[in-house]
Amino acid sequence: MRTTALALATGLLSLAVIAVPAIRAHADDPALTLELKDHKFQPANPTIPANTKVKLTVKNLDATPAEFESEDFDVEKVVPGNSEITVNVGPLEAGTYEFYDEYHEDESTANLVVQ
Amino acid sequence: MLATAVIVFREVMEAALIVSLVMAATTGLAGRNFWVAMGLAGGVIGAGAVALFADTISHLASGMGQEVFNAAIMFLAVAMLAWHCVWMSRHGRELAHAAGSVSRDVRAGRRPLRALAVVVGVAVLREGSEVVLFLYGIAIGGESQAGQMAIGFLIGLLGGAALGAAMYFGLLQIPARRLFAVTNALIMLLAAAMASQGVAYLVSADMLPAWGHSIWDTSALLSDRSIFGRMLHSLIGYTARPEGIQIAAYLATLGSIYALERWASRRPDVMARPT
Repeated sequence: MRTTALALATGLLSLAVIAVPAIRAHADDPALTLELKDHKFQPANPTIPANTKVKLTVKNLDATPAEFESEDFDVEKVVPGNSEITVNVGPLEAGTYEFYDEYHEDESTANLVVQ
Repeated sequence: MLATAVIVFREVMEAALIVSLVMAATTGLAGRNFWVAMGLAGGVIGAGAVALFADTISHLASGMGQEVFNAAIMFLAVAMLAWHCVWMSRHGRELAHAAGSVSRDVRAGRRPLRALAVVVGVAVLREGSEVVLFLYGIAIGGESQAGQMAIGFLIGLLGGAALGAAMYFGLLQIPARRLFAVTNALIMLLAAAMASQGVAYLVSADMLPAWGHSIWDTSALLSDRSIFGRMLHSLIGYTARPEGIQIAAYLATLGSIYALERWASRRPDVMARPT
């Protein structure tokens, strides 16, 4: 039984090890930076190109942690206070996509415009 | 107050459903409550640690530390769940039938309990760290309504725990001879769900190919961020817009556990071997 579990764990671990070198820089992907201040995103209506993967950086200028979340483009990531995170968004079809800081949903809700 | 209650409820509910399923699946094993309590305690401590080091974790793996960390603990839980399923495929029948004549190893049931304590810990750690960060934000944000927030937190906590308890007692209504067949199937689905969520994290981190985005889109029918959608997401891996690789991981996990169970039940000696 222990052997089975060990084999399983080893298998999964080696998968992870194989996958790690696959990290690519994606320097050619377009980038967008959002700033979060007083639980509000700036710019308020950011725009990204359609059908393109975008490197989205969220800078949290508040001292309180935030959770950058979007139901519409499937992102959920913690942004510690006075820190920043990067997520890959898309490729998305043209349209309007809602996002917010889950910890301050009412104040922070904004839209990402894809065109 | 309401916003706090909703956020805490969502996170607690997701962990509570997993804990309830684990508890139902280990009904009758000696020391069950101890190991579940160990898992809970470990999870709470872990949640605090993850929240404390959120900034550090976030900057690991070229800024994809959160994704890699989440994927790693998901895969750890998948391995533990698979182990449990394989163990139960051998001993579940004994447990369900003759309570008096089961072997000491089964009654003691330490091995699957330790594995499932890890699953409990992982579930609590993941959801708990978000609750801790949220509460930390309130604490340092100098919100004037701290008392209201505390009430909201309690409502959310109790509500989530009550939902978990309801599922636990619901599962216990299943006749004993069929209980383990049902919980085993549910544990397999939970493992598949966690594997599909694990690969999704690695896709976000650019470490795995997506094999197609939005293979289907049922978000209009049932959003996976709604309460019921989240319940199904946690328990059986419902995803409104799955990536191709998520579906592959889901099916591969179900297939692998099934194959391991078949293999184990054909080789009883391996399973009966003392630790």
